Amino acid sequence: MSPTAKPAAKPAAPKAAKPKAAKPKLAIFGAASCGGCDIAIVNIHEHIVDVANAFDIVLWPTIMDGKYSDIEAMADGEITITLVSGSMRTDETIHLARLLRQKSQFVVAFGSCASEGCIPGLANLSSRKQILDTTFTTSSTDNPDDIRPIYEYQAPEGVLHLPQFEPVLRTLDQVVDVDYTIPGCPPESKQIWAALEAVVKALNGTGPLPPKGSVLGAGDSTVCDECARKRNVKHISEFVRIQQVASFDPEICLLEQGLPCNGPATRNGCGALCPAAGAPCIGCYGAAEGVVDYGARLMSAFASVVDATKPEEIDKVLDGIPDPVGQFYRFSLAGSLLRSGRAAWQNDGE
Amino acid sequence: MSAQAPLAPAPIEVAAPATSPAEAGLFEPVIIGFTCNWCSYRAADLAGTARTKYEPNVRLIRLMCSGRLDPTFVLKAFAEGADAVLVSGCHPGECHYIEQNYKALRRFQLLQRTIEALGIEPQRLQLVWASAAEGVRLANEINRVTDEVRALGPLNWPAGNIVDLDGADLDAAWEATGGDAGGPPATPGGANPQHAVEATR
Repeated sequence: MSPTAKPAAKPAAPKAAKPKAAKPKLAIFGAASCGGCDIAIVNIHEHIVDVANAFDIVLWPTIMDGKYSDIEAMADGEITITLVSGSMRTDETIHLARLLRQKSQFVVAFGSCASEGCIPGLANLSSRKQILDTTFTTSSTDNPDDIRPIYEYQAPEGVLHLPQFEPVLRTLDQVVDVDYTIPGCPPESKQIWAALEAVVKALNGTGPLPPKGSVLGAGDSTVCDECARKRNVKHISEFVRIQQVASFDPEICLLEQGLPCNGPATRNGCGALCPAAGAPCIGCYGAAEGVVDYGARLMSAFASVVDATKPEEIDKVLDGIPDPVGQFYRFSLAGSLLRSGRAAWQNDGE
Repeated sequence: MSAQAPLAPAPIEVAAPATSPAEAGLFEPVIIGFTCNWCSYRAADLAGTARTKYEPNVRLIRLMCSGRLDPTFVLKAFAEGADAVLVSGCHPGECHYIEQNYKALRRFQLLQRTIEALGIEPQRLQLVWASAAEGVRLANEINRVTDEVRALGPLNWPAGNIVDLDGADLDAAWEATGGDAGGPPATPGGANPQHAVEATR
């Protein structure tokens, strides 16, 4: 969650960085995110000290104080690296993403939200009105007077603004130019350090600079490639949900056992943790190398292995996937080819 | 073009055509048709040599097999302005590659479920089997699909232009919020000297 409104103008501490000459500046900004990415960064344990040694952290709202006005006062490109760890949900986050883009040499889409929309991206199946209705009226919220957010409020001291919902949630690269992507929900901590280290080395001149658009901190294959489970048959006659079956064979591919496992389309780099623990891959590392649309690749993979040739039989098997968008686009709807459901972009229901 | 048939007692004033292009019969859908090399593309070929007329709304793309149809193609067609997608291949059991058209069938059924959940009418994705001898059948099916899509109206999926939704012009918003004196970065890549100007995607 981003801190509240933009402070007006308070040039307070832009010279805290001055004494030491050339420490590169690092900004970490969580837009519409859960904070899990920040926790994953802290989870690099003692390497966090290395990060603090290598960088002058100018903004990290989750962890430390930092003023947007300080960023606004910086010269263009003054920040070396900015990690953006959330999706673009409000006009405020879009504004800050553009501000940080302007002030940064490298902008990294950090984590699934920034790179492909992640779970918040599933809000693109609903219009703003539907989302607000669910939040303020139809759920368990006790709101008898139906109080709704007011985006502009005339207080005695002046006009106050609340960040306003955009009709659709966007990924970072739909808003600003992105140099690198670190996938994952959240990225694995050891991968975070590997990625940061690569950039630090490049800045020191002791390593190559990854080409623009690179995916850092992940592999270039699929989760299946990292998964230790055995694959034998190529046909499945039904899809089951994990709670429907008492136990699964610990050795054999989960997809073969009928669990819709997203491994075939998902980028590796996590170490195939979920299938190793007996849970299907849900696809948090995003699309594998070369995949244009994550869900399309997964649909292709699933449909290929369904063991049925008659339309009715196929339908029966496919009934085992009751929520196709949730299955195929759980993490990637906002970054997919279609980007949203019709309800969001038509902004209907009003 | 018998679109001006009176639907209701006509108003007195001679109104300028208040009907939308679709109502006036002017909406011509764009349909992307994927055909397989061995059956349906040849059916279309046969329709042509036999002078069988069919609607020009379909743009046929030849694949070696309907099993080559990656769902990405379908989604990309919708995202980039197609009103419908027609998939066609050899009849079940007659695939040149033995059983790949069954894969096409399964992908088609799965795709229909997914696009429906996203709010695209499932009739915008259709599957037609046509053997190399069925030029007339394919022509009829193309006409049928075109009529159905014409009745549905344009899809206008805004994926590429989603930034303009609701007048949410990002540059204008940037200026309006005060932004930064210098405005948005002039070039993609911002102030990064290491990277040449190139689009990410």
